[in-house]
Amino acid sequence: MMEYDIVIIGAGPAGLGAAVEAYEKGVRDILIIERDSYPGGILQQCIHNGFGLIEFKEELSGPEYAERFIEKVNKYGIKIMLNTMVLNISSDKVVKAVNQENGVMEIKAKAIILAMGCRERPRGAISIPGTRPAGIFTAGTAQRYVNMEGYMPGKEIVILGSGDIGLIMARRFTLEGATVKAVVELMPYSSGLTRNIVQCLDDFGIPLLLSHTVIEIRGKERVEGVTIAQVDENKRPILNTAKYLSCDTLILSVGLIPENELSKSAGIILDPVTGGPLVNESMETNVEGIFACGNVLQVHDLVDNVTKESRLAADSAVKYIKGLLKQEGKFINAKAGSCIRYVVPQTVNYENIDDKVKFHMRPTDVFKNAYISVKSGGKEIMRRKMQRMTPGEMILIEIKKDKFLDNDLHPVDDITFEVEVV
Amino acid sequence: MAENRRAIYNRRAGYIWLCLFLRLILIAERDGKMYDVIIIGGGVVGSSIARELSKYDIKVLLIEKEDDVASGGASKANSAILHAGYDPVPGTLKAKLNVRGNEMFDELCKDLDVPMKRVGSLVAAFSQDEVDSLYKLYDRGLKNGVKNMSIISSDMVKEIEPNINDTIVAALYAKTAGIICPYGFVIALAENAAQNGVEFVFNQEVVSIDREDDVFRVKTQDSEYFSKYVVNAAGLYADVINNMVSDKHFSIHPRKGEYLILDKEEGYLANTVIFQVPTKMGKGILVSPTVDGNLLIGPTSEDIFNKEFRKTTYKGLEKAIKGAKKSVEKFNERKTITQFTGVRAVPDVDGEDFIIGESDVKGFINVAGIESPGFTSSPAIAEMVREILKDAGLKMAEKDNFNPKRKPVIRFNELTDEERNELIKREPAYGKIICRCETVTEGEIIDAIRRPVGAKSIDGVKRRVRAGMGRCQGGFCSPRVLEILSRELNVDPLSVTKFGGNSNILTAKAKEYVANLYKELLKSEV
Ligand SMILES: Cc1cc2nc3c(=O)[nH]c(=O)nc-3n(C[C@H](O)[C@H](O)[C@H](O)COP(=O)(O)OP(=O)(O)OC[C@H]3O[C@@H](n4cnc5c(N)ncnc54)[C@H](O)[C@@H]3O)c2cc1C
Ligand SMILES: Cc1cc2nc3c(=O)[nH]c(=O)nc-3n(C[C@H](O)[C@H](O)[C@H](O)COP(=O)(O)OP(=O)(O)OC[C@H]3O[C@@H](n4cnc5c(N)ncnc54)[C@H](O)[C@@H]3O)c2cc1C
Repeated sequence: MMEYDIVIIGAGPAGLGAAVEAYEKGVRDILIIERDSYPGGILQQCIHNGFGLIEFKEELSGPEYAERFIEKVNKYGIKIMLNTMVLNISSDKVVKAVNQENGVMEIKAKAIILAMGCRERPRGAISIPGTRPAGIFTAGTAQRYVNMEGYMPGKEIVILGSGDIGLIMARRFTLEGATVKAVVELMPYSSGLTRNIVQCLDDFGIPLLLSHTVIEIRGKERVEGVTIAQVDENKRPILNTAKYLSCDTLILSVGLIPENELSKSAGIILDPVTGGPLVNESMETNVEGIFACGNVLQVHDLVDNVTKESRLAADSAVKYIKGLLKQEGKFINAKAGSCIRYVVPQTVNYENIDDKVKFHMRPTDVFKNAYISVKSGGKEIMRRKMQRMTPGEMILIEIKKDKFLDNDLHPVDDITFEVEVV
Repeated sequence: MAENRRAIYNRRAGYIWLCLFLRLILIAERDGKMYDVIIIGGGVVGSSIARELSKYDIKVLLIEKEDDVASGGASKANSAILHAGYDPVPGTLKAKLNVRGNEMFDELCKDLDVPMKRVGSLVAAFSQDEVDSLYKLYDRGLKNGVKNMSIISSDMVKEIEPNINDTIVAALYAKTAGIICPYGFVIALAENAAQNGVEFVFNQEVVSIDREDDVFRVKTQDSEYFSKYVVNAAGLYADVINNMVSDKHFSIHPRKGEYLILDKEEGYLANTVIFQVPTKMGKGILVSPTVDGNLLIGPTSEDIFNKEFRKTTYKGLEKAIKGAKKSVEKFNERKTITQFTGVRAVPDVDGEDFIIGESDVKGFINVAGIESPGFTSSPAIAEMVREILKDAGLKMAEKDNFNPKRKPVIRFNELTDEERNELIKREPAYGKIICRCETVTEGEIIDAIRRPVGAKSIDGVKRRVRAGMGRCQGGFCSPRVLEILSRELNVDPLSVTKFGGNSNILTAKAKEYVANLYKELLKSEV
């Protein structure tokens, strides 16, 4: 059996970032496993700009951002096994993977970092009735066809869902000479970044229809059109608002789901809201020595945040190998209170806090001029004014170590994040 | 004068020779396309008949309008259940063929390497009234010759189905019922028939049939084929085919059923096929595991007016969900991974029994109105059709080299690691995973394309190896499958389709549309 100090699954920005960080923290025995034939993950098909504003203070394309990490990985001589699919992971940290050269391999790791990214939600998951012709794609698949394979999946396009990939593809299709007839969004707000709505829709005059959905797909062999309708407060279509749009392609950008089939095989517990593993302040899952970062943990809007998260996971993995990560201690639960959808990490071991803990969260709705209030035992320990919050933009809140202590200087049982509208 | 006559004679002789020659060419050409039997329709019925006839020394052709078997009709979209046989009215063809057909599946599935599980079925009664109906069904079952049935109490039902609703009172338990991969079975039948010499043509729709000198001329949109016998197994369109030939017209009405398939995570909710007691309101909605471990819910039942209206609707899906909750409340419909519609072929004859037999036109055999339990009955239907052909005068000598076994299919997912390693060493393509959700390798996809009656489209691959049938529904693997198809079939990626016809996946090379726009712009500026 092969053995490594750290095995990283996935060579997207999360996996690459973690590898570089672990190396820089002194670990040499690192293996990255990637199922695709190239490193870089989803970034390789994101040829638009907008990556790296925080990390590198410049605007890079996806492949350029990835390249910065790939160069380092190569320079450090970190081993990447490409074209290799991880089939499962055991709770005692044996990774089973397969490729054409070596067949099925078992690899024992001292620590594992999960960085498998996410997948797109398909049509079935949103149950649009109608026929099942050719011409229905998820946005990421369409992006792959256009940007990597050099083919157009359609000419007259309707996009369902205003997630970032959908928005970016609306622009891409338009630049490619196709017509995007509308972006249809179920919610009364877009789930994408504001900057993407401006740069990808507004600048091209593509209508964004909020509180609308596709209620039927038509066409026998190829999509011929879709019927859209407005929805009421309960998201039920209002039938007398139905309108037919002829098109040859329907693009779905209706959400991303962290890719955690492997995590389940190791006995890792998932958060039903994020779809990613439950983790503590060190990005460690409930299985000792297995860490998670990037989209496999929670779907990120900005790759820069993925990189930060990957560093933390790698630092923790290094500590774990050296026996410096405390497994015992006082665990504090971080809870999503009113109008907060989820909080990551979900628990904090007080013993492992260096200086502060960074929490990621998303609100359940759009709020203007509201506060995020952090409470513990009914007492507010922190308050932050937010100009505008939307579910499409992740909120980061840092809490200093001393804030986790009560009046008697004991760590509290839990802290709750909530939105307060004034 | 004599000269003249001679010239005329010569010319005439030349003319006659020419005619004879042309006729010879025609006959030769016809002989190339001359069969003993032509089967119209590549559903489970047509394919079962093809495989049965492949045991004999006769020339058989199957014509299918779609690009694959089990692609155009009910055989790909149904409940996938091997019914035990207590439903049909005693004495009908349905009753007889269902029970006989059911018995034949063990051997067939072994020979053809098709996944099938005899999980048993329950007809669940949720009130005392419904319990009375169970006894009626039980009686029918006895009359039809169904073995291994019993009526069991709620405790025993709960033991078999811990997740059935607590309101359960009793159930009719039939151990011989099973579940099967429906298209998998049809594909296997067709493959084995082809291995044994049956010819298949696809993408050819029969548009007319005429009969001259005891020979049928079967015309499709591009070609024509000749045969002594024609078997009409055209499913929903069996009426159209019949009415091309026979003076005794009948018609087939479409009645659709909508289904949902739930993620494997919900698969644990049913161990057996759970039916409801048929009431005045209809047959009820079933909840069943699939052979692959998903949960199947449906079908609804609704008469439609157009045979091609195969779409799912909000109303239908809602009805299916609501109906299923009567038996099993616990499933989470948000775990739906896909939905589909099947269309029943309901004949306008008394009792709605199968129409199987030689028609008023000699040599033209109808196998029509094959509704549920048509799938279960199909092997028995094939035997029956064989006997009808014999009685109609077809000489059928058994082949001595008939091979009942299909070349086994390698399923990477089911192999041990040692087996996988040996395989990958021999054929590295089995070390490359293409579909991550169902763990399907490139080797399996290439094999599915290269086999007899192989896959020609994305859906063809999907039905053979399950690539694209998992959670992500092909989001990840379809570009890769498209690439493999294009390579293996040696066609441009732009011509790869989802399921034949005009169902192309891609519409142009990148930059083509921009280039066109640019050209137009230049034109308008001139
Ligand atoms: C279309 C799109 C547009 C975006 N636009 C922007 C933007 O403009 N600006 C910005 O800052 N951020 C953007 N983001 C966000 C950011 O880029 C992503 O969140 C980030 O790439 C996620 O990184 P990751 O490493 O977690 O996942 P991925 O990049 O998805 O990498 C995961 C890797 O794991 C591999 N893998 C998975 N399972 C296995 C297995 N079983 N065995 C082996 N390997 C496996 C995958 O092949 C993949 O390479 C965008 C994201 C998307 C999807
Ligand atoms: C909703 C539903 C649920 C069912 N559940 C079950 C069940 O659980 N168990 C069971 O035993 N049975 C079940 N059945 C019944 C079973 O599915 C059918 O009896 C069976 O599939 C019929 O097979 P077939 O070959 O006659 O028809 P089809 O599968 O419809 O095949 C007919 C073929 O003929 C082709 N064709 C038509 N016209 C032409 C033409 N002009 N030229 C060339 N080709 C042509 C079509 O493309 C098609 O491929 C169900 C049926 C439905 C609709």
